[in-house]
Amino acid sequence: MSTLSYAGTTVDVDAEGFLTDPQQWNEEIAAEIAAENGIDQLTDRHWLVINFMRDTYLESGSAPSIRTLGKASGVPIKELYQLFPKGPAKLAAKIAGIPKPRGCI
Amino acid sequence: MGKRIAIIGGGTGGTLAANRLRRQLGDEVEIVVVDRDDEHVYQPGLLFVPFGMEKPEGIVRSRKAQLHGGVEFRLAEVDRVDLAEDMVRLADGETIEYDVLIVASGASLLYEETEGLRGPGWHENVHAFYSVEDAVALRDALAQFERGRLVVNPIDMPIKCPVAPLEFSFLADWFLRERGVREQVEIVYATPLDAAFTKPIAAEHLGGMLAEKEIRIEPEFATGNVDGREGKLVSWDEREIEFDLLVTVPLHGGAPFVSRSEGLGDDLGFIAVDIHTLQSKAAPNVFAIGDAASLPTSKAGSSTHFEGETLCANVERVMNGEEPQGSYDGHVNCFIESGFHKALLIDFDYEHEPLPGRFPAAHAGPLPLLRESRVNHLGKLAFQPLYWHMLLPGHDIPGIGAEFSLAGKRSTPDAGGAS
Repeated sequence: MSTLSYAGTTVDVDAEGFLTDPQQWNEEIAAEIAAENGIDQLTDRHWLVINFMRDTYLESGSAPSIRTLGKASGVPIKELYQLFPKGPAKLAAKIAGIPKPRGCI
Repeated sequence: MGKRIAIIGGGTGGTLAANRLRRQLGDEVEIVVVDRDDEHVYQPGLLFVPFGMEKPEGIVRSRKAQLHGGVEFRLAEVDRVDLAEDMVRLADGETIEYDVLIVASGASLLYEETEGLRGPGWHENVHAFYSVEDAVALRDALAQFERGRLVVNPIDMPIKCPVAPLEFSFLADWFLRERGVREQVEIVYATPLDAAFTKPIAAEHLGGMLAEKEIRIEPEFATGNVDGREGKLVSWDEREIEFDLLVTVPLHGGAPFVSRSEGLGDDLGFIAVDIHTLQSKAAPNVFAIGDAASLPTSKAGSSTHFEGETLCANVERVMNGEEPQGSYDGHVNCFIESGFHKALLIDFDYEHEPLPGRFPAAHAGPLPLLRESRVNHLGKLAFQPLYWHMLLPGHDIPGIGAEFSLAGKRSTPDAGGAS
């Protein structure tokens, strides 16, 4: 376990920089993680996805897959790839301050 | 009144669990297996059908015939599971009450979730090989295929046997070379992953094999739609790959009844279980085994087999009012066919990625890990009789323990080389 500093706060992260404790997260931290990953401005559409990710994780204990995001977040998959390039489920989880989505085995 | 165990699914997991439990519990407990058809497919055989190396009729047997005497087989479609009532509701209106439920309904192929997949060109220039019907159609197309671009594309994880599309690519290279047309065919492996496989050391090794066989890898390709008429694959971020022959692995999800059953499954229709005890998080008297379970290990016959021991011991504990014990470690063991009468073997668990070495005995082997060899290929071929006669009856396979072992494995990969 290591730590990183965002927006003046020290947070616990895994080897790939995913927060391990979602309670340490806040919106300023999200903005800094986004900027670090090439997203300069978090729009309302980004926040819709980020909040959906957090709510789902905090409720069920696991992050939603890209397919579930596409069906239930209110943002279609194509737009998810525009908002969070390459791996939307992974990148949105990182910005949302929740552990890396499982699966992919 | 005696107790009843209901098992949904008469495939690998359901069959071996039923037979094992019958032996373990005798006739004190009623065991009912429900399935919607009576065709048990030896799924590893599907890989060989497109190349004419296996006949479709050689890999299908009766489900009922694989179940021991005393196990009841019900041919019926499941509508849903009613967790509050401990009841399986069948589509014909009948119900099965249970003391313990085992969900062993596998994974379903969700063709319709990818736009255009079964549109124009389906079974012409657009194919798959995860069902008998698809594998036969692909066999006929491959027999005619002599020039152009062959694209192999697992659409997204999770899929059954995650190495199967790689094996398909290796076998296609061999098949086309044998026919003398390989020079005229370009093979592209388009994957949603960032490398050939999910685990780093094996990914590097398998990536090297793709390069050796002149198969181009197109990583991080997340397929959005398939256009059979134009012969192109389009990703969600609008990259395109043209093809003359496409071989996809469709998206996977759980069995349809799971999402109709309140509280039973996760967002993809798989059953969330404790990864070590296999007990469902939804109810203490519900378990899942095999592809139906949401576990961070490969969906494969070997992991299903290794889960059997833990599952059956825990079913008995729960029926006796005891707590389940966590002993499944994520162990999985896969042969990877690489063509030219050779195969690799990988062996890993939740904690350890596939490493080179020897299996099952530390020095004697005889099977080398993460390295191509003829003996591994023979091992893969020898497996089908073991499947029907040892694994489904619920026996352990001598010398192959359910628990993963690091003995014989080396943490630093060597250059290897074919034996």
